[in-house]
Amino acid sequence: MFNLVESLIDAWSTHEQVIWNLQIVFMGIMVSLSCGLVGCFVVVRRMALLGDAVSHGILPGIVIAYLLTGSLSVGPVWIGACIAGLGCGACIEWLRTKTPLREDAAMGLTFTSFFALGIVLLSLEVGQVHLDPACILYGEIGLTPLAPELVLWGVPCGNQALWNMGLVCLATMISTVVFYRFLLVTSFDTSLARSLGMPVASIQYGLMLLLALVVVASFESVGVILVLAMMILPPVSSSFLFRRLPNILLSCLPLSILYSLGGLHLAYWMNFPISASMAITGVVIFLPCCLFGPNGGIFTNTKSLSIQEGSKGIPIN
Amino acid sequence: MKATLPKPLEIHDLTVAYQKKPVLYGIDMEVEAGSLVGIIGPNGAGKSTLIKAVMGIIKPVDGYVKIFGETTRKAITRVGYVPQRASVDWDFPVSAMDVVLMGRFSHAGWFRRISKRDRIFAAECLEQMNMLPYANRQIGNLSGGQQQRVFLARALAQQSDLYLMDEPFEGVDAITEKAIVDLLKSLRNQGKTLLVVHHDLSTAKEYFDQLALLNLRLVAFGETQDVFTHDLLQRTYGGKLTVLSEIGSRQVEHKQPPSAVL
Repeated sequence: MFNLVESLIDAWSTHEQVIWNLQIVFMGIMVSLSCGLVGCFVVVRRMALLGDAVSHGILPGIVIAYLLTGSLSVGPVWIGACIAGLGCGACIEWLRTKTPLREDAAMGLTFTSFFALGIVLLSLEVGQVHLDPACILYGEIGLTPLAPELVLWGVPCGNQALWNMGLVCLATMISTVVFYRFLLVTSFDTSLARSLGMPVASIQYGLMLLLALVVVASFESVGVILVLAMMILPPVSSSFLFRRLPNILLSCLPLSILYSLGGLHLAYWMNFPISASMAITGVVIFLPCCLFGPNGGIFTNTKSLSIQEGSKGIPIN
Repeated sequence: MKATLPKPLEIHDLTVAYQKKPVLYGIDMEVEAGSLVGIIGPNGAGKSTLIKAVMGIIKPVDGYVKIFGETTRKAITRVGYVPQRASVDWDFPVSAMDVVLMGRFSHAGWFRRISKRDRIFAAECLEQMNMLPYANRQIGNLSGGQQQRVFLARALAQQSDLYLMDEPFEGVDAITEKAIVDLLKSLRNQGKTLLVVHHDLSTAKEYFDQLALLNLRLVAFGETQDVFTHDLLQRTYGGKLTVLSEIGSRQVEHKQPPSAVL
């Protein structure tokens, strides 16, 4: 059972297993790539905990949408999640302005209440529909190959779950590229964004909508709790390797591939759940970055050196 | 329709409050084109708040701001803003060049690629602030003075007509201080209008053509030699002035601009 090599070969031994595992690996790559891209902007905006809060706060929206429609298809669930997210925002704003509570306390209170409400709703059995709480909370990426076949105009086109995630992943990549400047400037300097005539508030809301979409599309695979790991790990790991945002964004792709492959094999080897194994792989990759990364790693702290060098304030030429 | 060009900045009866506590009270100001105005006053006088209200970041309780005769919303793209150093996230993953290029975004078009012309122009702006050798450095790896020069290069790249700067001299070295003064004067000579929040009374007289003395209200606004008087400064700074005015008069006696340290 604990034989590493054997378990790795075992995962790819037969044709059926290759197909089965490839679907899981692709799903993992698309989930962590979408989460990572959104996560880069969430992290540079110093909103990492807001991402956590949002992923919890939208749970009642997900459950209600499921109870109403009887399916976990991305569209209705996303709408439900966005409504719950807006509800959260309104509650926080109300608590913050009408009571002496500070913002952090208001956020902590609201999101945990919404999360609790979501869990309570999960245990409800309305009619015939029933949701497995473990699947929502922890995700089950291993079940990806069991998703129904997508049939378009009578032609079978492959795994429905992969198609859904693929579309969300594509949408995330396209929005990142198209709105890159808006996201960059509003994250770095809101007053500059304003003086360039950018709609600062709309961009903020747009990013929140994208965040909700990615969480909704990913939670079946990695769960509403571990989705945050997939968001935070890529940007914080590569921030030790790269100094510019485009490089950090690009590094999300190789990191996603590593997380997905590493997670699958770790799960095979030790008989772990795959989603948690992906997060563990992410942490294992994070550690050497944090320790030896050229950009502020603990054992290679070039940052303080170059500040001393620069503090002479004398230009080279 | 007026025959004259609209003024770069008109502030009328501007009142700003944080949670019902007024921090700016009935400010009236009209700034002519090509002015280099220093905004001085004690801590908590509302200097930064005034800049933020002009930028439209803070909504006033009363009064209005007009920029080139238009609302802030409409004319905001003609305004360049240099933020206070403390308000910038210096760990943000951008290089000096990236920061300056941001100033070109509204010229380059939102979705088009940054053209070679924009890149060359941004490099020229960095060069003007003597920062071109550091173009690829992450901004956190620059000294305080260098960071400030990057932001001034960005302001240059924006090619704005009205500049608002919040404490650009805060925590910079002597070379940068000199570079900023030269830049301010050269922009003024190009007919740009500059409002600069400044906290150092000993240099205020030397750096600015006009001064706005602020302490919740606008105590005085006019040519530097007319308003930089003991009486008006006393009214602006209250009891704190004794020490400050001594520093000020000592500075005048020695006639020692900070660049002379070199």
